[in-house]
Amino acid sequence: MDRDAVASHIPRLRRYARALVGDRYQADDLVQDTLERALNKLHLWRPGSDMRAWLFAVMHNVFVNQLRGKRPDTMALVDDDAIAAPVGTVDRLEIRDLQAALMEIPAEQRAVVLLVGLEEMSYAEAAKALGVPIGTVMSRLARGRERLRHLMAGTQTAPSLKVVK
Amino acid sequence: MTSKLSETDLHAYVDGALDEAHRREVEAHLAADPVDAERVRAWQEQRARMRALFNPVLEEAVPDRLRAAVPPRRRFPYALAASFLVTGVAVGWLAKSYVPAEPRVAATASLSKRAAVAHVVYSPEVRHPVEVGADQQEHLVNWLSKRLGQQLKAPTLAKEGFDLVGGRLLPGESGPVAQFMYQDARGQRLTLYVSRSSANRDTAFRFSQEDRVSVFYWVDGKLGYALSSELPKERLLAVATAVYQQLNP
Repeated sequence: MDRDAVASHIPRLRRYARALVGDRYQADDLVQDTLERALNKLHLWRPGSDMRAWLFAVMHNVFVNQLRGKRPDTMALVDDDAIAAPVGTVDRLEIRDLQAALMEIPAEQRAVVLLVGLEEMSYAEAAKALGVPIGTVMSRLARGRERLRHLMAGTQTAPSLKVVK
Repeated sequence: MTSKLSETDLHAYVDGALDEAHRREVEAHLAADPVDAERVRAWQEQRARMRALFNPVLEEAVPDRLRAAVPPRRRFPYALAASFLVTGVAVGWLAKSYVPAEPRVAATASLSKRAAVAHVVYSPEVRHPVEVGADQQEHLVNWLSKRLGQQLKAPTLAKEGFDLVGGRLLPGESGPVAQFMYQDARGQRLTLYVSRSSANRDTAFRFSQEDRVSVFYWVDGKLGYALSSELPKERLLAVATAVYQQLNP
């Protein structure tokens, strides 16, 4: 039953991983590593507690470990455009794409922006998933959103999205 | 920025984490401060773009390698099977039991699967279960009808003990899909998933169990419907029957 519960969270884990890592296959690698680790540690999960929060915490640990073990250049590739023009040298005004802008901000800020904005976690839930105090969540959120805003500024050439409310 | 409000309040406003009184306070501040208003607008747009960009991932088929990473526990009773296997008659009987009872139309089978995934994803949401709430029911129904290109109806299920929470638009296999969410007094939720059907051929009620989620689904003219919940099958059938009757008066 717990395994079924883990499986039911796969689509959400994939969505978050895709946004966090950028590349589809690397994102699914992250999800796969997370699922394997979660199953090995399933006995540590307290029945009745929030499984989503627990799985995201597991994913965060796997992600941080991967970042540490990785050469810095392997995170930069987002798509073919990024290969043609290494991300670090792209003129800020040229970045149209939110996905590219996300990959430009530090991973720790990106994680908070995504957990709150995409996964719709409360600040307390995000703090728990990342294992940091809530004040750290707020400062990373503020810095991440401001960086994104500057990266996206002046790029209104694409029709702006209608906010569905 | 006025001294009463902090940066945190502006973010909490964007994330819908403020109570009514605080929300009004922030709105008053934004009306008077164009710089902060622009920042807040940009953050809201980030959120909306992010969701538009990545929400379709939720609707993708889960790759086999990820499914395989969480194998369901085997529920097949080996000992019992072994005792049957000693007789040839039993072998034949057992083999027959592996044949699916009823060959299902692939298109409608994926309807139930998709509906169940959408149910599992959105029904546990505490803060944002729907995009448009039941307080704007007319707007909700008009908006979703327009996007699906078909006149939709949100059934009234008060007699069955369920109130409309609201609804949202989802990306489906080949276009937009509407999801209406209902909730009973105990907080138990059910979702009605409505998509355009290419088959354009009515089907009978079908039932599918997708993990813990029970789904009744059917095709009625140009629309396919799937009602999902973790309710017991019998209770869900009663609700599905009420839905069907209201849509076909």
